[in-house]
Amino acid sequence: MTTVNGQQPQTLFEKVWNNHLVRPQTDSAPAVLYIDLHLIHEVTSPQAFTQLRERGLKVRRPQNTLGTMDHSTPTTPRGLDGIIPVADAQASAQLDVMRKNCADFGIPLFELGTENQGIVHVIGPEQGLTQPGMTIVCGDSHTSTHGAFGALAFGIGTSEVAHVLATQCLLQNKPKTMAIRVDGRLSEGVVAKDIILAIIAKIGVGGGTGHVFEYMGEAIRGLSMEGRMTICNMSIEGGARAGMVAPDDTTFEYVAGRPHAPKGADWDAAVAAWRQLPTDDGATFDAEVVLDADALVPMITYGTNPGMGMSITDRVPDPDRMGDLSQKQALDKALRYMDLQPGQPLLGKPVDVVFIGSCTNSRITDLRLAAQMLDGRKVADNLRVMVVPGSQQVKAQAEAEGLDEIFKAAGAEWREAGCSMCIAMNGDQLQAGQYAVSTSNRNFEGRQGKGGRTFLASPLTAAATALNGVITDPRQIITERELA
Amino acid sequence: MEPIRTFDGKVAALPINDIDTDQIIPARFLKVTDKAGLGEALFSDWRFNSDGSPKPDFVLNQPEHQGSSVLVAGRNFGCGSSREHAPWALVGAGFKAVISTDFADIFRNNALKNGLLPIAVDEETQQQLFSLVAEDPQTQVTVDLEAQTITLPDGRQVTFPIDNFAKHCLLNGVDQLGFLLGLETDISAYEDSHTARTQTTAV
Ligand code: SF4
Repeated sequence: MTTVNGQQPQTLFEKVWNNHLVRPQTDSAPAVLYIDLHLIHEVTSPQAFTQLRERGLKVRRPQNTLGTMDHSTPTTPRGLDGIIPVADAQASAQLDVMRKNCADFGIPLFELGTENQGIVHVIGPEQGLTQPGMTIVCGDSHTSTHGAFGALAFGIGTSEVAHVLATQCLLQNKPKTMAIRVDGRLSEGVVAKDIILAIIAKIGVGGGTGHVFEYMGEAIRGLSMEGRMTICNMSIEGGARAGMVAPDDTTFEYVAGRPHAPKGADWDAAVAAWRQLPTDDGATFDAEVVLDADALVPMITYGTNPGMGMSITDRVPDPDRMGDLSQKQALDKALRYMDLQPGQPLLGKPVDVVFIGSCTNSRITDLRLAAQMLDGRKVADNLRVMVVPGSQQVKAQAEAEGLDEIFKAAGAEWREAGCSMCIAMNGDQLQAGQYAVSTSNRNFEGRQGKGGRTFLASPLTAAATALNGVITDPRQIITERELA
Repeated sequence: MEPIRTFDGKVAALPINDIDTDQIIPARFLKVTDKAGLGEALFSDWRFNSDGSPKPDFVLNQPEHQGSSVLVAGRNFGCGSSREHAPWALVGAGFKAVISTDFADIFRNNALKNGLLPIAVDEETQQQLFSLVAEDPQTQVTVDLEAQTITLPDGRQVTFPIDNFAKHCLLNGVDQLGFLLGLETDISAYEDSHTARTQTTAV
């Protein structure tokens, strides 16, 4: 076997894993993994702090912990007093508990309405806290987002949140690795979201269970950091807890100059170390998946999990043509919930809401894509279009670029930062029976409001749909414009 | 946590693949700051109509399935979010084990920390359990964690995998946080030899 400097070739994942072993895995105990950065939010942390209090424990490393408020926070525009009103008493109480926990344990908190607040997976990269080679966890499954920087980042449960708060460590069994290679180049109108929807449609929602993905290939290298984040974000929808992209110049340029990025000589040393992280030649993966970006078109989901996706020009599949009985039953159930017929096209299907936001697609490049589509036009009548920036920083940047004016002039709502209708905990929700095209990551039954029905798609497809009020292929609008 | 060894449990079946945590407990129930009462929200949107009345055809609402403590479900149970509220809700509703062919990673980890056994069996056993419960809603299985077996009503024993550490913790009621706290020397040694990467408290 080939060796690099006398060592076995290693994957990116293995390098980061090995660098963080406080104790290796044995037959009788999992590995003890050191965590560099722990992000917390109001929904999955309260019971962990309760456990700490019950046992008289402190937070071991408040300086490696950061809190934000995002899930149950309102995104309604501020009142005249500049305050964002929390309408729901239970949510308000949860936010109070978050404030108290962070204050009592010395954890910095991006408080609702302040300049850095935002969705937990948007703020980490934005602040330069998310860096290559780190281990990052959060009580939130979309922590996989941070893997775009070549970090090992994954979601944990609340018991594990308590473990990390108290010890900065986690007990983990070593996962397997899966290489996901996306060769070729994307055509116009096709973006990162379409790549990841196509991958999940191919492998299924359980396809990556037990694995960490590494996304590679020309199409991935060609993506911006924000595009890579969109892809890593949805690794969990393919069953993988984590997805990673090897750091490169695109990564370093993105991190450079951010508030928490290393400076001066530290920066040079950091970059030199980061350049050692990519997977060595000859390293092996436990599984491999290959996708051709040249053949990709805009994607959309038709069912009730993110694996039920297809090209936007396809027709809804027929349960009777499913090979396996349980797949047939699953599709039957999904189509009943979605009230769709086998063989039906989705193009031209009227929708009630378009939601542009979430930790998948609420960053500045996502908003720019949507704004380009909507610039100088009006969204369709009888359609609610919500644009929810991922953070206050994204919001400020968008406003500096005048994107907010484009959205408002088009008839879309320009809102405060938060998770909003991605998870429908804060009052932003679909009504039963409504259809939405959403740039978020989950189309589970009721995810965006009880009885609501979600089609997942890219910000381009969402904005194109907003213009027509019916599901629209963004390439159609792009072509019409070029001809005009 | 109470140690677990063996128990007999009545089985309820949800033969649906990819049951996600949004179904197990919808997000609107996550605004709590403790674990109390989550059992009542288990499978809420499948169990209740909008007016709060129970849907009579949902399995957990059927009189013959009251008191079930083992749930057998379709593959890839617990996919989706990391919410530990999912096992809390299952435990709150009286479940001690979930049987499927496979589990989403985070759900499995969360379940094990709450004394809820995720029992992975082959597809044949899963299908057999679905049929047994369809024929006889009183179907019971015996779960033996020490031996890592479930015993079906016909006496057939099926083994299931569980990692040694999780098994040890469950059998002895060992708390994992306590275990980690005991590694103070190793953790400090790691910290001494690795400088912290970022300071959230700075800036
Ligand atoms: S935006 Fe949606 S997926 Fe992302 S952290 Fe918030 S609720 Fe979770």
